[in-house]
Amino acid sequence: MASAYDKPLPVPSNPTLTKPFWEATRKEELLLPRCNTCSALFFYPREVCPKCPSMDLGWQKASGLGKVYSYTKVKQAAHPSFQSADGHIYAIIQLNEGMKIPSNIVGIDADDVKIDMDVVAVFEKVTDEVTLVKFKPI
Amino acid sequence: MSLRGRAAIVGIGEVPTKRVHEGRTMVGLCAEAAELAIKDSGLRKEDINGLVTDGVTPPPGLAEYIGIQPNFATGVTMQGASGATATMVATAAINGGICHTALVVMGNARTDRPDPGRGLSGASIRSEWEEPYGMAPGANTGYGLIYQRHMHEYGTTEEQLAKMAADQRFNAQKNENAVFHGQPASKEDILNSRYINEPIKLLESVMPCDGAAALIITTPERAKTLKNKPAYILGTGLKQGEANIWQRDRITETPAVESVRRALEMSGYSPGDIEFAEFYDCYTILAAVCIEDAGLVEKGEIGPFYESTDTTYKGTFPINTDGGQLSGGQPGLAGGFRHVIEGARQVMGKAGPRQVPNSDLCLVNG
Repeated sequence: MASAYDKPLPVPSNPTLTKPFWEATRKEELLLPRCNTCSALFFYPREVCPKCPSMDLGWQKASGLGKVYSYTKVKQAAHPSFQSADGHIYAIIQLNEGMKIPSNIVGIDADDVKIDMDVVAVFEKVTDEVTLVKFKPI
Repeated sequence: MSLRGRAAIVGIGEVPTKRVHEGRTMVGLCAEAAELAIKDSGLRKEDINGLVTDGVTPPPGLAEYIGIQPNFATGVTMQGASGATATMVATAAINGGICHTALVVMGNARTDRPDPGRGLSGASIRSEWEEPYGMAPGANTGYGLIYQRHMHEYGTTEEQLAKMAADQRFNAQKNENAVFHGQPASKEDILNSRYINEPIKLLESVMPCDGAAALIITTPERAKTLKNKPAYILGTGLKQGEANIWQRDRITETPAVESVRRALEMSGYSPGDIEFAEFYDCYTILAAVCIEDAGLVEKGEIGPFYESTDTTYKGTFPINTDGGQLSGGQPGLAGGFRHVIEGARQVMGKAGPRQVPNSDLCLVNG
């Protein structure tokens, strides 16, 4: 049995709002909030559409495809569980749908990560309840 | 309707920035800075009828502690931009006749309250979408992302931005209030400091400190009766962008594009008229992109600009003449506020050994 996951888990400011997102990641699906009034796709999830005043919001399955918009190698982490001499890659992915999402790049040596690299979402089950979305090069 | 010339800074006060002010509190340091500013202005405490803080120090308690009962008091909570915004709010309040003479003050005592930059936040956008992926403390991660992207888009190098930090460290050697006074550092020293959030190095990021700063701002009519040469507010501009860097379309462009344009438009000046500048510098890269967005250099040209320009107080275009926050230290939101204080200090002709030769027109980006 694997040792207990010791890194910070997502702490939602509105657990009701983002419950569908985290339920979907457990099924290895990436959902994006969608406005049913103006059809805007956006991220992060909000209670009100950031484009129009609608509160009629739903979800749409994302392609999972995107590019590395930028990255940084974190050598001094906020949380001790992330502290390592080599550091780790923290990145912003620009999804093909247009919006950006923070994540990690996996399946590649940290020194080989490049801006504009094509990536695809992968799902990393870290606890029974939580599956995180990460990205790997295509 | 414009605020141009409708208020002037007539007094400044600064408690030296130190890693720790033992036995001191945030409110106590603020009170000390306030007394210094009031004394510098030549006014009496009773003459102050406005108070603006960063909101971290609530105005009611601070007013009581200092012993003033103003007719206008508010706290602006604008993170790093609190100092410049508070000065703008005080200017507007004076222009609107709500008060005639305001004290703007903010400070920090790290032992006095939990350091918000460390560890994890409470339930927030950050805690749900960012912290599970291993952020650095404070704002390091976001600025590391901007730095990397700026290098990608414009070919900016770490050596070019290290020159910025080195110029500022040079300036700090003439500033006894700076935390790195007496500790010179060369461009090579900056480049050789360890990565904290690659490509950001330790000496390209601010050190959390204790300290406080204050200014007195009043009407032009009253300013003319006082002993100091006034530093008139000629223009102000604010633009609120996305709070989270990853929410922006382009992370290498900042709201300074519009805030500076608005301030200059109000003032009647253009970027080429500016004689020296004080720019918010929690990290080299933030000052770099804001200097570009202000129109002081072409977009993407900050690297070559620093390579070819002496930006020390003796140089052809002085920037962050007191050492900025990088070499002055960051006493909470007073760090950003100190850019306003130093701009006023130079215009008032009070900068002593680091007085810039042409000090009539300063652009401050808070």
